[in-house]
Amino acid sequence: MGMTMTQKILADHAGLKEVRAGDLIEARLDKVLGNDVTTPPAINVFKNMGADDVFDKDRVIMVPDHFTPNKDIKSAELCKCMRCFAKEHDITNYFELGQKGMGIEHVIIPDNGLILPGDAIIGADSHTCTYGALGAFATGVGSTDLACAMVSGSTWFKVPDGIKVVLKGIPGPYVTGKDIILHLIGMIGVDGALYKSLEFTGDGVASISMDQRLTISNMAIECGAKNGIFPVDEVTLNYISVTNPSRFSKGEYKTYEADEDAYESTIEIDLAEVPLTVALPHLPSNTRAAKDVKDMKIDQVVIGSCTNGREEDIKTAAELFKGKKVADGVRCIVIPGSQRVYRKALDEGWLAVFDDAGCVISTPTCGPCLGGHMGILAEGERCVSTTNRNFVGRMGHVKSEVILSGVPVAVASAVVGRVATPDEM
Amino acid sequence: MSVKGRVFKYGNDVDTDVIIPARHLTSADPKHLAAHCMEDIDASFVSRVSAGDIMVAGSNFGCGSSREHAPIAIKESGISLVIAESFARIFYRNAINVGLAIMECPEASAAINDGDEVEADFDSGVIRDITTGETFEAKPFPEFIKRIIEAGGLVQYTKLKSEA
Repeated sequence: MGMTMTQKILADHAGLKEVRAGDLIEARLDKVLGNDVTTPPAINVFKNMGADDVFDKDRVIMVPDHFTPNKDIKSAELCKCMRCFAKEHDITNYFELGQKGMGIEHVIIPDNGLILPGDAIIGADSHTCTYGALGAFATGVGSTDLACAMVSGSTWFKVPDGIKVVLKGIPGPYVTGKDIILHLIGMIGVDGALYKSLEFTGDGVASISMDQRLTISNMAIECGAKNGIFPVDEVTLNYISVTNPSRFSKGEYKTYEADEDAYESTIEIDLAEVPLTVALPHLPSNTRAAKDVKDMKIDQVVIGSCTNGREEDIKTAAELFKGKKVADGVRCIVIPGSQRVYRKALDEGWLAVFDDAGCVISTPTCGPCLGGHMGILAEGERCVSTTNRNFVGRMGHVKSEVILSGVPVAVASAVVGRVATPDEM
Repeated sequence: MSVKGRVFKYGNDVDTDVIIPARHLTSADPKHLAAHCMEDIDASFVSRVSAGDIMVAGSNFGCGSSREHAPIAIKESGISLVIAESFARIFYRNAINVGLAIMECPEASAAINDGDEVEADFDSGVIRDITTGETFEAKPFPEFIKRIIEAGGLVQYTKLKSEA
């Protein structure tokens, strides 16, 4: 049996020629990261261990994004704790509010050129798996693992089995990466890839943009996967040539190809058959074709997050909102995922489109996605959201509901006032 | 090492948002987290749980966010062991790192009822439902994982090791 892409990256980072599923290995890490919720407990562990300094100040990334701009005194204290640590240890990649390059961690980290193909990354945030879109191995961990990795620059892994996901053909109109990943989660369930890698391949990959690949890899965790990885192709190389021209031109990245016989199982998806998809409460696997649930009235729409707050998402939203109005009785919150995307939206006139349509526009933040702030739901309220989880109480009251969708369905729903598809606008 | 307690039983896909909702993550103080543990899925859990009690659930326990606050909340609430059909991988890792005992055992997960009195032995992996008389076998943890849990988590374990 050969090795998957993931297994080859892990073997290289462990200094081994070969690894097998189930092997326990110690791997060196290219980047380790945390946010304002997970880093302060890691800093406590760091101090408790008696550690003096981080293994490499250029490889530890800290992003205040969950409860920022600080929603209350306690969250302000969390951010202060991380800010002070970053200053004391001269952390290169600490992204303060308002700085160029700041925003939601999984939007800005690839966008700022910090991830290259072949890298191994852990982050104390479950959506760290996003970076698999660049042909890197990336997975989420907790604060104790982050603390230990901040000191050692390495961590242990159990080598995962791989599921090959073959994407074929071309998606239909308005069908995005979000629909593809929701469709897959609906097929295999929220634990369908538990402890395993999802490895995307097939002729359909070429037609999927980097922003959409990032959306797909982002939600690999929602079916239990350890990581979700794409092959490195022209789309990847074009992306890193822009985000990190210096390391790209020096060839400081590595591409891996999976062996044909490496996989435990294979799933095929004909992209032309993937409908505009939503996930109804209260699991991401509770998927339906959006056209089949049009009787669902809504109170709020959120467009943004580490799943769908990238430039292509905000551009798509602006194109669809142009000349339209948010329906009476609906609040629509647009959250560009980074300061760069926000500025682009300002320069391109997208913010004016949102304003004309009756949307509220927020600074980059995870905010409402995890029920933090900037759009919490009351009892009985229902929200169509381009975020990643619709668990009980995720966005607010325990009796509120979140319906997950891609950007086109979210915009159409805001305009129509219930779950809707763009052809109805 | 063995534990014994009354069972709190839950279903499949118990996620970290119901174990400890994000609105409470502005503090990582274990006592604060324990005071809100499970409140969105079982509002009376905190008032009913007593030290040593055992949580039993279905598949994919702890799915969702990477918040280590989730196993910390459960551990601090007094729960001595979580038995599930399967655990989400980040939760699995976090539980060991913070010293919360967990066991994967599909048979026990299916058969044990809410309110049963259960005892479990970490060395043999044997789980006994005292109320029904049934016994189950989980794969016991390797020695070093047992020591991490006994020490109270990875940090304490690492400290003990470096002092030895």
